[in-house]
Amino acid sequence: MAHPSSRRAGFSKKAQFSLFTGYLLAGGGALLGAVLLALSLWQPEAFAPLRGVAGEVVAPVGSGTAVARSSGQGFFASIAAYFNAGAQNAELRRENELARIRLAEADAIAAENRRLKGLLGLRDGESKPVAVTRLVGSTATSGRRHAYIGAGSASGVQPGMPVLSERGVIGRVLETGRNSARVLLLTDSESVLPVRRATDNVIAFAEGRGDGLLRIRLVNLGVNPLKVGDMMVTSGAGGYYRPGVAVAVIAKITPDGGIARLVAEPGATNFVSVLPVHQAQAIAELEAPESVGDTPSPAPTSAASASAAVPPATAEE
Amino acid sequence: MERLDPRARSDIYGRRINRAPDPWRVRLVPYASIMLASVLPVLLIADTMPLLPSLGFLLLLAWRMVRPGLLPLWAGAPLGAFDDLVSGQPFGCAIFLWSLAMIAIELIETRFPWRGFWQDWFTASVMSVVYWLASLLFSGASLTPEMVGAAAPQALLAILLYPIITRIVAGLDRFRLARARTID
Repeated sequence: MAHPSSRRAGFSKKAQFSLFTGYLLAGGGALLGAVLLALSLWQPEAFAPLRGVAGEVVAPVGSGTAVARSSGQGFFASIAAYFNAGAQNAELRRENELARIRLAEADAIAAENRRLKGLLGLRDGESKPVAVTRLVGSTATSGRRHAYIGAGSASGVQPGMPVLSERGVIGRVLETGRNSARVLLLTDSESVLPVRRATDNVIAFAEGRGDGLLRIRLVNLGVNPLKVGDMMVTSGAGGYYRPGVAVAVIAKITPDGGIARLVAEPGATNFVSVLPVHQAQAIAELEAPESVGDTPSPAPTSAASASAAVPPATAEE
Repeated sequence: MERLDPRARSDIYGRRINRAPDPWRVRLVPYASIMLASVLPVLLIADTMPLLPSLGFLLLLAWRMVRPGLLPLWAGAPLGAFDDLVSGQPFGCAIFLWSLAMIAIELIETRFPWRGFWQDWFTASVMSVVYWLASLLFSGASLTPEMVGAAAPQALLAILLYPIITRIVAGLDRFRLARARTID
């Protein structure tokens, strides 16, 4: 299509000026955008209040679509379940038997644990969730992996609090609005979480790769003790997460650790609970001297230099 | 006349006598549709990978190509600001890139005044791939090969979606100009 003739300036001074003004405004917009982009890359939390307002608008609509989404997934899952029902039933029966035995053992261990902790005088208080809410949606177009939840500072949600589903860790609260909050998902490439193997004390960092998987990097290098199928849980180092929450299962072994698949997929999650920061006082004390020195702590790049006290996802702070 | 042919006094925008397009609809539909397209991907999917291309940007391109001169040259900045609030990109990314895109299309249009569908598709494809790469670079995360690999389907989808989106925009344009107001 050719230009509509009204948009050719010709000799009309007025048309020439309005065309020029259009270019000027558009150029100014681009320049403003570049400045804002530089500012928000330099200070990521600068525009958090603005985004909080937008989140307020998105969250109520999103909770509606979240219902449709989860029921839709249930629909397809129930069709799929008809196909290998018989074999699955027998398998599940056997697993249930085993699980009952293990549960009884776990009860015994929990009781012993309580007794031993009582002897030590160590009181690890049960942390009650700050809020239980819906996972409203996530950024589906950006390379960053953020999600929205339907609870905000009005329900006591603060930045830094861990967000868990009934299966395991989802992520960490990044910004809060009044009735919504933005969550940094584990798979975001800026997310770092200290983990350990569930069965023993092999310590590692779980870093997001940005493609839905986690890279597990061992702190102590040497012979790689990980095996495919190992469960990684939070180690509690850094003080943000309660220790022992499921994070990921190793899917592939690499020289310095492994590639792991998430236990709690955000796509299959409907409700999440926001827990208080596990060791809030310790973190406050840790962060106090940093603010005096005014040096933003970078993300732990080498596993050797990263001590156990590195909080997850420091680059976002 | 109506007895002979019921559509004699109407066109694709509806009956002509005694009717006029709704002034609010004429102005608001392009902006509202672009903003809705910015929000839509956030609402529909919660997943571990980026999946959809930026629908808001694709709709902006389509409105600009299908109806040249409807969106002012500076429209990229305010619409981009809204997109930044919900897309998860650092604030300012879409303001910058959408403004640049609007200027670029304007320059291309002055250089090649007679354009066709294939050329429009080519321009939109190049622009959406450049936009995809630039928003990955500006996302604030350090770029890893895995991230680019995971995001590659987005670029492909953006190219393939353009013809469909221009059809949607053409439909929205008919809705925009439909003679909904009765003049007494």
